Amino acid sequence: MSQVQLKVSALTKTFGGFNAVEDVSFDIAKGKVHSIIGPNGAGKTTMLNMLTGVYEPSRGTVELEGQDITGLAPHALAGRGMARTFQNLQIFFNMTAIENVMVGRHLHECAGWFAAMLRLPGLSAGERESRREAAELMHFVGLGDYLHAEADSMPYGALKRLEIARALAGKPKILLLDEPAAGLNATETRDIDALITKLAQSGITVVLVEHDMHLVMGVSDHIVVLDYGRKLCEGSAQVVRNDPRVIEAYLGSEESVSC
Amino acid sequence: MSAQLTQFLLTGLTIGAIYALVALGFAIIYNASHVINFAQGEFVMIGGMATVSLIQLGLPLLPAIALAVAAAVLVGMALERFAIEPARGASATTLIIITIGASILLRGLAILVWDKKLHTVPSFSGDTPIQIGQATLLPQSLWVMGITLVIVLLLGWFFGRTLIGKAVLATSHNPVAAQLCGINVRFVLFLSFGLSAGLGAVAGILIAPITLTSWDVGVMLGLKGFAAAILGGLGSGVGAVVGGLVLGIAESLGAGYVSSAYKDAIAFIIILAVLFFMPSGLFGKKSPDRV
Amino acid sequence: MKWMSPRTGGLAALAALVLLLPLAMANNYWYEVAIQVGLNAMVCVGLNLLIGYAGQISLGHAGFFGLGAYGTAILATRYGLPPALALVVTNAAVALLALLVGRPILRLKGHYLAMATLGMGIIISIVVVTEDRFTGGPDGMSVPALSVFGQEISGERMWYWLIGGALVATVALALNLIESPMGRALRALNGSEVGARVSGIDATRAKVGVFVLSAVLASVAGGLMAHYSGFITPGKASFFHSIELVAMVVFGGMSSTFGAVIGAAALTLLPQLLTVLKDYEMVVFGGVMVVTMIFFPRGFLPSLMLLIARKRK
Repeated sequence: MSQVQLKVSALTKTFGGFNAVEDVSFDIAKGKVHSIIGPNGAGKTTMLNMLTGVYEPSRGTVELEGQDITGLAPHALAGRGMARTFQNLQIFFNMTAIENVMVGRHLHECAGWFAAMLRLPGLSAGERESRREAAELMHFVGLGDYLHAEADSMPYGALKRLEIARALAGKPKILLLDEPAAGLNATETRDIDALITKLAQSGITVVLVEHDMHLVMGVSDHIVVLDYGRKLCEGSAQVVRNDPRVIEAYLGSEESVSC
Repeated sequence: MSAQLTQFLLTGLTIGAIYALVALGFAIIYNASHVINFAQGEFVMIGGMATVSLIQLGLPLLPAIALAVAAAVLVGMALERFAIEPARGASATTLIIITIGASILLRGLAILVWDKKLHTVPSFSGDTPIQIGQATLLPQSLWVMGITLVIVLLLGWFFGRTLIGKAVLATSHNPVAAQLCGINVRFVLFLSFGLSAGLGAVAGILIAPITLTSWDVGVMLGLKGFAAAILGGLGSGVGAVVGGLVLGIAESLGAGYVSSAYKDAIAFIIILAVLFFMPSGLFGKKSPDRV
Repeated sequence: MKWMSPRTGGLAALAALVLLLPLAMANNYWYEVAIQVGLNAMVCVGLNLLIGYAGQISLGHAGFFGLGAYGTAILATRYGLPPALALVVTNAAVALLALLVGRPILRLKGHYLAMATLGMGIIISIVVVTEDRFTGGPDGMSVPALSVFGQEISGERMWYWLIGGALVATVALALNLIESPMGRALRALNGSEVGARVSGIDATRAKVGVFVLSAVLASVAGGLMAHYSGFITPGKASFFHSIELVAMVVFGGMSSTFGAVIGAAALTLLPQLLTVLKDYEMVVFGGVMVVTMIFFPRGFLPSLMLLIARKRK
């Protein structure tokens, strides 16, 4: 029986009278793969933004391993072991690929101003260490070919994986992926699928916001379905795909729609 | 109401009207192109200085004013065509630096075309002060307030009731959609810059009889008009006018009751206060960031 | 090879230039110009960290320069502090001010940040002109000479070595910072602020940090200039000077420390070369700014380097 790592209670986000997310509660179990799905506008990204501190919830709470983390700033959440990727890539195009990944390690590096300016001894060793670990992560996500590349020269599919590598660099407990397969073709989606499975096997908790039904059904231990900002149902892939409300609101037919 | 207070208010309204005109110029350009035009103050300068030259050449006041405003409008359109247009899509920082560079360039040209001295423009209807209760008012001040009022009403009618005015507003809300509706966005930009330049020039001509004019009169007037625009909410026409009047009165009261040495600082303290506590100003719109 | 990286190579070249330049300088005039370039370059290196690397903007940095100059002048003249101590106290005070002012100002972005820094800079310049009991007002005030460890620094040559050394040290500090985790954090902020935040970077702290650093560099340069000139006027804290500084950074290319130095050199030398065309100074300066930003938005120098690189192929 997995323990609850992240507890979401009655989470609500209102934008000027409009409830993007309304009174949603669910539990994320440690070490499992969870998916949040729903049609466009269901509030999935808003939910993710609230969990990762990008938006402040209007009401409700989020608890990480028993501690209230509601409304904490993104960098504080990173310090508590949360990492995420973005639907609209937030890659640092002004840096190289490996530097992008190194930034993910920020909290494990020596970030002192004086140490930096005076180039104190520990810093150089730390830099070499950072670079080595970043390179390892790039290999892990399948970007070995891009070790010396500039971020702005890489194709879209590779950038999606680069963001995942950056997120992993902080050695997070929970990884939240916002539409990792968006904009990818069938082959690239299969690669992401494999990567997510690999991540799950390594013991990290994965929370996925996704449209692609094949991907979701294949890889998830637990699914939460949102519709118009409310929770429609939750459970295993089996339970969700057979729930009449879900079928009516979203799935429609046997063949899934990948956006 | 004490005579002193009345006096301060009248002075404040006069200069406030000028700030309102300059602020309107900022608002119109910002709405059309999201550019903060640091050269706005130079249109004020061109209005005043060109009038001086034309009068020296022998023209009567009214034609001189008309030609001076026309000259400023042409400069405004040239600015759009040669400095803003080529930099379409550049970052906010880049555009700011371009307009700052343009303002320096215009001032440099002013030194060459004219000189560094102070110049006068004759008052429109004489200098005999008018008594209002126990306060006095220059006739020129009435011109300032009156013409500003007329212009504000005209602009209100233009943007609210004419097709062209509505096209300009549409472009400011959504340039792509406006283009798809057949609106010539380039023309709208030209119009906006020309209109703003005209407004600035009128402001410069109106105030010149009272405060004199020179090659660098646009720097402070431009910056203060800008403070008024921020106070009112960048992009809001109503805000520009209200902001201008509030700033003018605040300056006048501040100079009178607190410290006349720091009069100029009031506008910039207002900028900081607005940006810290109320960035969208009195009438501006807040826009949340989408991630 | 690590020791021959662009960083050490460039730094060595700069140090060599500083050491060898006196051989080419025939008279005091050129020393004066070199000192002027050095001072501007120090400010620009700091400002470049803020604008070019961290992606922020400041239209009010002459305010910090002016505070550095007037602070040390007032402490040394009206309060009798030894100039060296006056310098240290002034810079500490400016650091504190930048820290207090930086927090609220750097919550703003884009236009709004530019406007707030502009407002701050102008308020400082107005205070400098108005508080004439302390500052001598528009007429300026005189500043005593600087002594370090009992040795008075006077004459162009001594100042040249002091400022040259200070410049090399400043560039070294900046280069070290850029290639460190904090340097990467600043560049990340420029690339994507939200991406940086979720990676664990406290964006506000980082921005305030680089703001304070650049403010202190400006104020150090201002203080040195005050003691070197022996006399300061409010023009040093003016809006126009703030714009000149931004123009130098932008001209030299916004993501290169050496670019900032070269930009400072170029735009400091320009008026010297234009003394014949003194009346055209503003026209040329304004024109250079407009043309550079339209055609070379990444800076005149990087674009030039790119052109040269392409011609080679």
